[in-house]
Amino acid sequence: MRKFLLSKALGMLAVLAIVALMVFVLTRAASGDPISVLLGEQATAEDIARVQKVYGLDKPLPVQFGYWLRQVVQGNLGDSIFLQRPVTQALRERAEPTTLLALMAVAIAAALGIPCGIVSAVFRGRWIDQLFTGVAMLGASIPSFWLGLVLIQIFAVSFGWFPVSGYGAPDAALAERVHALVLPAAVLGLLNSALIIRFTRASMLDVLGEDYVRTARSKGLAESTVVLKHALRNALVPIVTVVGLTVALMIGGAVVTETVFGLPGVGNLVVSAVLRRDYPVIQGALLVVAAIYVLINFSIDLLYAVVDPRVKVG
Amino acid sequence: MKLPPMLRQLLHRRIVLAAAVVLLVIAVLAIGAPWFASIDPNDTAVLQRLKAPSSEHPMGTDELGRDVYARIVHGARYSLSIAALTALGSVIAGTLLGLVAGFFRPLDAPLMRVVDAMMSLPDFLLAIALVAILGPSLVNVVLALVLVYTPRVARVVRASTLVVRELLFVEAVRALGVRTSRILWRHILPNLLSPILVQVSFIFAYAILAEAGLSFLGVGVPPEMPTWGTMVAGGQQYAHQAFWVVLFPGLAIIFTALSLQMLGDGVRDLLDPKLKKTL
Repeated sequence: MRKFLLSKALGMLAVLAIVALMVFVLTRAASGDPISVLLGEQATAEDIARVQKVYGLDKPLPVQFGYWLRQVVQGNLGDSIFLQRPVTQALRERAEPTTLLALMAVAIAAALGIPCGIVSAVFRGRWIDQLFTGVAMLGASIPSFWLGLVLIQIFAVSFGWFPVSGYGAPDAALAERVHALVLPAAVLGLLNSALIIRFTRASMLDVLGEDYVRTARSKGLAESTVVLKHALRNALVPIVTVVGLTVALMIGGAVVTETVFGLPGVGNLVVSAVLRRDYPVIQGALLVVAAIYVLINFSIDLLYAVVDPRVKVG
Repeated sequence: MKLPPMLRQLLHRRIVLAAAVVLLVIAVLAIGAPWFASIDPNDTAVLQRLKAPSSEHPMGTDELGRDVYARIVHGARYSLSIAALTALGSVIAGTLLGLVAGFFRPLDAPLMRVVDAMMSLPDFLLAIALVAILGPSLVNVVLALVLVYTPRVARVVRASTLVVRELLFVEAVRALGVRTSRILWRHILPNLLSPILVQVSFIFAYAILAEAGLSFLGVGVPPEMPTWGTMVAGGQQYAHQAFWVVLFPGLAIIFTALSLQMLGDGVRDLLDPKLKKTL
């Protein structure tokens, strides 16, 4: 077990290190220069050199990377060039809407996807299975911004049930903020339930063919007991995996939805940083999102090993 | 006309046939855009702005009085080319990577760690960052999306390569002294065609959606280029008074992406009957 843990942890660190290197190289390969954007066209060469020195941009690239990596390990992601504050602070300020949105959306996606997937598996090949499979594929084909615009049009503009955009005042009560997140969470939840339907269906079909399910049936147990107790419990690990990964993907993948609904989240921060070539923010955000993804993945691996002892051998 | 048996079997399934017909219609419209939509997609007519669908403008006009139907048909050229090039590029690069990682064991771990690292960045976030760095243009959007989807293909191809390389016939040709490059090209690659084909259709669909998303955020192709994404982006402020400027380009995206995924699903079921019962 210890060996398994160690190898998994080392693999995770290796992936994180590669991510860090890639993110660094990517942002430095950019064609635009943030300093000239910041200072405007009137800036002289001396001005530019002086500001470059302040941000350490005059050093050779490997030195910049080493310096940056040391800071990152210490929890310092540098300062934003435009926001005049540390990147970690900027990320913290934007974390709440994105996290809340991701959690609400996953709740919706799981509440829709798991039951639909179970029904699909139980009635494999029948019309209801074809309907859910078709709906899942449709969900994976609708652009999130389009669904967002349609829902805004219907539920915010026509019915007036939700705000058209934004996240309430900074001091608004939690209930108000959650209320503002209902539509965007519905968009993300609906679209992401597609993946959960497919995984639940596949995982349930695998299990429903097992001998112990046949045994349970032959004992004369009610079909609902067989499906929900004997089969679902054993099918749950892959389902939990996909739900976990959906959370991770949403934290970084909600960019478009946040933009459509004008939410001040991490995605929005990244888009504005990208448009202004604010390297430290882009680097920091990509790194944090990747780290969350890798950590969730790692926890899922551990979960697998705890639940299913065969994993360690393989 | 005689079709190969596999194709006939594929088209025998009604859903796949419907998807193929939809894609064919869209492709024909895109290729023959100047004939099917005689109005210039960039012709502005301020007096005709935001007009509802009529016999003259079957899908209405947008905020600058341009014909929405003409823009969708001409936009199909851009949206489909971007997606097709993305699918092609990432499949070629991903197949090479996957083959190498799956066949040459010492290279497997390092290559796959890089793939893992790339896949730990959410697709869309990585695409935005890449386009921002490369600069917004059609070629750069394709490049960015190829980089995003290559690891996905590499993973699938590697997994299949690992299976195929252990099969007896590979051992046989190796014993015959066949060169490694020839083994890879003539004996292993043909056995990977079905998973690769499935990936092509799915990545095609994802790329349509991703391009639209990038253009919507204003980090994709230049806004004056009529792709389906830029059309929705341009129309979003006017959606409440003229729903058609957003509705029709959105439907074009949905129909195309859905048909591609149905096609991919059909191919997968046909080529790999074992998978049919699960995914």
